[in-house]
Amino acid sequence: MEFKEKLLASHLAFEERIDFSDPVHQTRLESLKTFEEKGFPSRKDEAWKYTSLNAVVRQDYALFPKKETTIQLKKVKKYFLYEIDTYKVVFIDGVYSPFLSDTTHDGLDVCLMSAALSKAKYRKLIDTYFNKITDKQDSLTALNTSYTQEGAYVYIPKSVVAEKPIEIIHFSTGKEKALWLQPRNLIVIDQNAQVQILERHQSLKEHVVVTNSVTEIYAHQDAFVDYYKIQNDLSTASLIDNTYISQEKNSNVRVHTFSLGGKLIRNNLNFYLKGEHCNSTLKGVTLLEDQQHVDHYTLVDHASPNCESHQDYKGVFSEGSKGVFNGKILVDQIAQKTNAFQQNNNILLDDKATVNTKPQLEIFADDVKCSHGCTVGQLDEDALFYLRSRGIPKKEAKALMTYAFANNVLESVELPILKKRINKLIAKKLGVNLGFDL
Amino acid sequence: MLTIENLHAQVEGKQILNGIDLDVKAGEVHAIMGPNGSGKSTLSSVIAGHQDYEVNEGTMLLEGEDLSELAPEERAHKGIFLSFQYPVEIPGVSVTNFIKTAINASRKAKGLEDMAANEMLKKIREKSSLLGIDSRFLSRSLNQGFSGGEKKRNEIFQLAMLEPKLSILDETDSGLDIDALKIVANGVNKLRSKDNAIIVITHYQRLLEYIVPDFVHVLFDGKIVKSGNKDLAIELEEKGYDWIKEMA
Repeated sequence: MEFKEKLLASHLAFEERIDFSDPVHQTRLESLKTFEEKGFPSRKDEAWKYTSLNAVVRQDYALFPKKETTIQLKKVKKYFLYEIDTYKVVFIDGVYSPFLSDTTHDGLDVCLMSAALSKAKYRKLIDTYFNKITDKQDSLTALNTSYTQEGAYVYIPKSVVAEKPIEIIHFSTGKEKALWLQPRNLIVIDQNAQVQILERHQSLKEHVVVTNSVTEIYAHQDAFVDYYKIQNDLSTASLIDNTYISQEKNSNVRVHTFSLGGKLIRNNLNFYLKGEHCNSTLKGVTLLEDQQHVDHYTLVDHASPNCESHQDYKGVFSEGSKGVFNGKILVDQIAQKTNAFQQNNNILLDDKATVNTKPQLEIFADDVKCSHGCTVGQLDEDALFYLRSRGIPKKEAKALMTYAFANNVLESVELPILKKRINKLIAKKLGVNLGFDL
Repeated sequence: MLTIENLHAQVEGKQILNGIDLDVKAGEVHAIMGPNGSGKSTLSSVIAGHQDYEVNEGTMLLEGEDLSELAPEERAHKGIFLSFQYPVEIPGVSVTNFIKTAINASRKAKGLEDMAANEMLKKIREKSSLLGIDSRFLSRSLNQGFSGGEKKRNEIFQLAMLEPKLSILDETDSGLDIDALKIVANGVNKLRSKDNAIIVITHYQRLLEYIVPDFVHVLFDGKIVKSGNKDLAIELEEKGYDWIKEMA
């Protein structure tokens, strides 16, 4: 049986395992229908021209995780921001791990999607927000929606500043030979509230795992959301991340994506600016080697006047790795005084790596400032010579230049401990120890 | 210290140096002058080991050791320093962190431990005050947004920190106003000793009023066509380079 058929056939069994009466049952069925009609995207779809899922969907996966697996904290501690106090929502092979988690209902909600779906007190929120800003025609999002059950649920009430960052971490253990995960996150930041969130997917040993994740983020008026995606998984793990962000008046949402490892990563990052004076930041550092493949597919929809968006993606590729950047900026007719900026700069460290970069601007308003720029090049030989002439060996010199190249993105990370961690990850990836924190 | 014999070099198939002979001894300051395109900057790049330049004849020895097969960083470890005409900007890496990395890379190559933090700080303070550099400057990203004068001063600061045997100052005077020029020249003079040597590459005589050379060489068409003492620089300033071209 093809995997698509399996997904369709298994749905009844899936819903039998959970509560049929929950508020999203109907949405699940509709979404399954969409997936049935559309199937997995192929390279014939313009949006998937440079990224093929063929190899991914050709094989079979376990869909229903076994009972909870426990892992020792000391074995996974390094994947957390253990130096500081954080809220944690942790899943092991798709199943919630109360032992590793640190949730709360004290003044804000940091808990589980399954709880939000099953408890009456969350009903109104689910009705208001669940699946409201997703792209209903996107087959992978529809697939996730049809299997919605578990993930993180975050609600920050009006004027509350979450005093600790929230870590959403998915571990996979390799107990299943091949595992298909579909976490679903719902994050609602009410008026004037603030939060920092970090999301990570991590295999603990080499095994095939594909995560098709959907996250909806609602930033109300004057809200501030600082979101970090750490993608540094093993070379057997693939991730399709579908993130939808709705912004109301004066809100500020920043998403940083650090793609440092994994087999195939597709980031569908969608911003909808629905109120005036929104500020949106999309930044990313991609640092790949071997046969890794990362595709950033962004959409910023300026649907209101006087908003500002900044995109800055830096990529460094070597040894047969592939990078794709497709950045679409849509400026609606009413969105006068829009400021929209987009940058995508890439460095190819050897001639085996490839990059495809494509800006897409669709502007229907006349009083706007939009700019985009993309470059693909090599490390500057003269700069390299400058560093080496100071006694810095070639490898370290390349690393310093890579840092310098990615610096625009790194410098806007507002969690110092995270910045330090990312610096270390990058240094490790480049095989250098620079002896100082950048 | 540096002995260059019959040096020929080319870049991208174009022959630039056509047989240079130069003997620089410890304690000496040599000036190399010449019109644009005569090969001055090529000579400095070749000595420092830029990979785009290919030596196709002749030898370069530093204290008797052949340089030609050494990578740029290895030449730096042996004590060669090139002050760049156009220093490169490295955003996100502070002047302090950069110089620490450079110093410790050289130490590592010599089998030494990293320099102790307090020793490093002391040295940074000492050398920066020599060049009138304040601590705010040291925490800025290397060369990023620096004025021409700040870039050159930073080059000489690195020179002071790395304490090379042979320093090559490539057009260090270009883009400097007279005050900045004096500070930079004054810094260089304080670093002169009987154990190190300096090659000053310049188009104009101006810098040589402040860093007084023991020898002046005139480069034309990839060859040294005339050598003399500091008076030669003054003569060149008066007569211009056409005189040399006619002679060649």
